[in-house]
Amino acid sequence: MWSFILRRILLMVPTLFVVSVISFVIIEAPPGDFMDSYVNALLQEQEAVDPAEIESLRKRYGLDAPTYVRYFRWLGNIMQGNLGRSLEWNQPVSKLVADRLPWSLAISVASFFLAYAIAIPIGLYSATRQYSLGDYFFTLIGFIGLATPNFLLALLILWYYFVATGNVAVGLFSDEYLIAPWSFAKFIDLLKHLWLPALVVGTAGTAGLIRVMRANLLDELERPYVMVARSKGLSEGKLLVKYPFRIAMNPVASTIGWTLPTLVNGELLASLVLGLPTIAPLFVGALLSQDMFLAGSVVMILSTLTLVGTLLSDIVLAWLDPRIRGAI
Amino acid sequence: MTQSPLLLSVDNLATHFFSQEGILEAVDGVSFDIHAGEALGIAGESGCGKSVTAQSILRIVPKNGKIVMGEISLFQNGESVDLVQLDDRGQEIRQIRGGEIAMVFQEPMAAFSMVYTIGNQITEVIRLHQDCSQNEARDRAIEMLRRVGMPKPEQTIDAYPFALSGGMRQRAMIAMALSCHPALLIADEPTTAVDVTIQAQVLELMKDLQRDMGMALIVITHDLAVISELCDRVMIMYLGKDVESAPADVIFRDPKHPYTIGLLRSVPELGEGHSQELDPISGSVPSPYRRPSGCPFHPRCPEFIPDVCDVHLPPQIELAGGHRVRCHLYVQD
Repeated sequence: MWSFILRRILLMVPTLFVVSVISFVIIEAPPGDFMDSYVNALLQEQEAVDPAEIESLRKRYGLDAPTYVRYFRWLGNIMQGNLGRSLEWNQPVSKLVADRLPWSLAISVASFFLAYAIAIPIGLYSATRQYSLGDYFFTLIGFIGLATPNFLLALLILWYYFVATGNVAVGLFSDEYLIAPWSFAKFIDLLKHLWLPALVVGTAGTAGLIRVMRANLLDELERPYVMVARSKGLSEGKLLVKYPFRIAMNPVASTIGWTLPTLVNGELLASLVLGLPTIAPLFVGALLSQDMFLAGSVVMILSTLTLVGTLLSDIVLAWLDPRIRGAI
Repeated sequence: MTQSPLLLSVDNLATHFFSQEGILEAVDGVSFDIHAGEALGIAGESGCGKSVTAQSILRIVPKNGKIVMGEISLFQNGESVDLVQLDDRGQEIRQIRGGEIAMVFQEPMAAFSMVYTIGNQITEVIRLHQDCSQNEARDRAIEMLRRVGMPKPEQTIDAYPFALSGGMRQRAMIAMALSCHPALLIADEPTTAVDVTIQAQVLELMKDLQRDMGMALIVITHDLAVISELCDRVMIMYLGKDVESAPADVIFRDPKHPYTIGLLRSVPELGEGHSQELDPISGSVPSPYRRPSGCPFHPRCPEFIPDVCDVHLPPQIELAGGHRVRCHLYVQD
């Protein structure tokens, strides 16, 4: 098991290198650079533009060097823990990211656990009582959940919340805790605000997971080993959890890897609507203004998170199914 | 030979499956008795309801299936329980499953869960039915694995099923079924999925264990050779009906039902003096959804009597020596 984990971690190194190349290429793909969009912004505000000054700025930031030189310079800095400086915000990227990433992670993790906590029991219920009233009910709710865009859901919840309580459920903290130092009360306040974005971001995923869980379990329930377990005198509940459930969890567990980045995508609209200080709006802004150090760093961080997620899901899979431990 | 006490009596059992295509009468009026220590073979082509009969006894018929008629009486300590009346998820039937009546399944590959060691799956049933600690259960499991001839049982017990060969897996399956010393073992096609060379070993093993442990045995098979090897009595099934049943030596020497006769003729024989000319039964098993009227075998029967066989279901005729047959060719004397 340990050698399996070690091998998987070593495999992450070349993957990350490839990811860095792809990230860089994607960020470089649109024509022009930050200076072009900076000039455009200045022109729009009717300000004078001195071409010489722009050129010297370009030189200072190294934007005039060939692509591959800029790539290795960028990569070299990242390896030393230096993510560069955001041209748009005029702040170190690491500070910008550090301010926002924890909130993104908090929402991702919360919606992840919310999704699994809701989806797994419902999937179990639906599969063991296929075509029952309850199964149809959850199927309906699930499809509604899948079909609802989450920004719409966010707006609806905001509106209902406002009508019901008179408060606006925006942000991650109440006003009095916003700049207060960390305390237990502040943490509780965070949890009180966190459920809403977690629910909004997690809904579609939850609905999808219910379907996956139900379908897998229905397949597994037909397998001979279930009848064998029954013939041994095991009770229906114990049998379900020990045998088919464990196998049915396999595809569910393998989605852990890409849950993290999809949650960041899903978070964007929700964050805009709910006014959350997360990484998604920052990322979109950086892409629009061609703020390449910021955008590149965010892509790299998200990719790394995906790899970590995949590693976690591989570990879970190996734990679930001994046949996987020998592979890779 | 004095008759040992009655262990299980199946009376007019019918198990039907209900689906959108219609009602499938998988088992349709089957009766038989098993005495303690006796070996009964149930033979027939695939789809004749052999396995469903076994599943009905343990009340593990897949969903959509339902026992619609009949009684299955299990006699223990002088008392009898009708298994049909028990709640199929209840405590009572669960104590019988794996404890009083155990089952060996056809596909040892699919019958074990691949994600637990065989030791885990065997000790599980031991701890379910016997009051013992985890360590004692493990010792008993190792002992049982040794008894079924598993090589190096102390190590094999921690093996995952996918790491074992087919023959070893089938041995582990038998060990699992026998681990609680059942009064009745049901073996559903125990040798179908293993190599021919292993088949003989598995049969030999089951014969020895049956004798040593004094348990009753139901062997379900399409292979008459298996029955001649293991069984005292034979019941032949066709389309959910018990068409003939008799002591094993009688059925091979003096079969009565045209289906049984056809079945015996269609077995290839090896050795000198036998030219390889097979005599298969003409036609094929009709769709179970469109069951023939009258005797279910009449469309394929060489002895077909018009206006009798296709109209009336033949009653069960008792012949001498415990020989029973459902056929219009015979009359009750």
